[in-house]
Amino acid sequence: MAYSDKVIDHYSNPRNVGSLDKAAEDVGTGLVGAPACGDVMKLQIKVSADGIIQDAKFKTFGCGSAIASSSLATEWVKGKSLDQAETIKNTEIAQHLALPPVKIHCSVLAEDAIKAAIADYRAKTGARAKAAE
Amino acid sequence: MTTQARAAKTQERKDAGRNRPGRPIYLDYQATTPMDPRVLEAMIPYFTEKFGNPHSRSHAYGWEAEEAVEKARAQVAHIIGADEREVIFTSGATESNNLALKGVAHFYKDKKDHIVSLVTEHKCVLDSLRHLEEEGFKVTYLPVKQDGLVDLAELEAAITDRTVLVSVMAVNNEIGVIQPLAEIGRLCRKKGAFFHTDCAQAVGKIPLDVESMNIDLMSISGHKIYGPKGIGALYVRRKPRVRLQALITGGGQERGMRSGTLPTPLCVGLGEACAIAEREMPEETKRLTKLRDRFYSAIKAKLPDVFLNGSFEHRIPGNLNLSFAYVEGESLILGINDLSVSSGSACTSASLEPSYVLRALGVEEELAHTSLRIGFGRFTTEQEVDYAVEDIVQHVTKLREMSPLWEMVQEGIDLKSIKWAAH
Repeated sequence: MAYSDKVIDHYSNPRNVGSLDKAAEDVGTGLVGAPACGDVMKLQIKVSADGIIQDAKFKTFGCGSAIASSSLATEWVKGKSLDQAETIKNTEIAQHLALPPVKIHCSVLAEDAIKAAIADYRAKTGARAKAAE
Repeated sequence: MTTQARAAKTQERKDAGRNRPGRPIYLDYQATTPMDPRVLEAMIPYFTEKFGNPHSRSHAYGWEAEEAVEKARAQVAHIIGADEREVIFTSGATESNNLALKGVAHFYKDKKDHIVSLVTEHKCVLDSLRHLEEEGFKVTYLPVKQDGLVDLAELEAAITDRTVLVSVMAVNNEIGVIQPLAEIGRLCRKKGAFFHTDCAQAVGKIPLDVESMNIDLMSISGHKIYGPKGIGALYVRRKPRVRLQALITGGGQERGMRSGTLPTPLCVGLGEACAIAEREMPEETKRLTKLRDRFYSAIKAKLPDVFLNGSFEHRIPGNLNLSFAYVEGESLILGINDLSVSSGSACTSASLEPSYVLRALGVEEELAHTSLRIGFGRFTTEQEVDYAVEDIVQHVTKLREMSPLWEMVQEGIDLKSIKWAAH
């Protein structure tokens, strides 16, 4: 299959590969997909006190398009507020990377990973707020 | 030919299929093979000056073409221990498999209506059987053991007095495992069923003998054995005679089993390819075994968690099917773009289904997604193998560092304990 230059670029030079401390209070972790389906994405965000995503990291088991989608997702969420990051749509990722129809699910997974990381962060801070009450 | 010209020719032969600047190293010999320049050389005159129709009986053009075709037929027959009258030319192994299965089923349909085969057969066998099922034939698809081989007791139990044909491939195209042909042949003979074997991946790679193996029908491919694409053959036993109904009718060529003017140059190419393969098989097997062992031991020494799919013992030396756990196959192929290999990963197939062959072996889906098929062949060199090892090790290592699964396993997390959301 011929990949777009953007997919090749993200695959060859992935942005923000790595891990943040998932136990840290200001880190949200999203783990989506399944090994049996051939793709698993872990996307993590580090959020400042005023709700801005300061840092993002990813690790992905999956095809070139899955790696590129998650790499792009980490680039896009950085500097955004949680609410802004939540509006990132898979179609924007797919369009930016020029994914072919059979690879659209990779962009869906990236969107899910962003949402899961945000949800994890909110659950953590919500629990903390409750504990403080 | 001058010494210089001869040396140039030898070099050209050595270079065929080799890595060239800007071209990836070819390690996909189960998909197809480059034509051996000696084969091409034998074919060329039959495109131009010796262009006659081999079925023309009234002039020298026809006679010389016929002579070439018959020589080729004898060469094909020789490599499988058959009589040349038992070999018919087809367009390839797909047609041969179609003709063997549908032809025999249709001819004997009033007496018997059952066929036994394996779940790991090539798609063209499985699809032909699917069509026969639609016509009302009954087909038993036997599972295979974890090593990819048929269970002979299960096979014996599956053959009934309604069974017209047993079709079992000699060498699997994905995992290279060799089925016990002689034992299967003995069973079929004992139980009164014909034995068809798809030998597209076996001819020229393992010794084959239709007599001692009791084979009644055998499919042969040209382009898998350094011959041309677009030609194959079907062996059809004469004693005791196997009858079949033709798929392609017309002028009654090939004893009425396959009409159509024979493509003389392609027939010559297939014959020459068989002759070379037969002559060089013992040496080539040794050479490929050495290359394969060199590759496999280096990979295992440098990478943990690499699993071989299919039997190692009952396997042609030109095939390795390896799962590189925690690294998805398609992403690995994208990385090792200096190498031409194929993958059992779903992502490389149009259907997004992981390999049905690996699934039949009981390979877990997460490992099926990480598999590569590496094929070595006549033009593979030690240098290429060493390069391939380095390239694969480098990219597997890099992708594992990027893999959340690898990270979890290193942290001691059991991946099976996680509730994954299937999507």
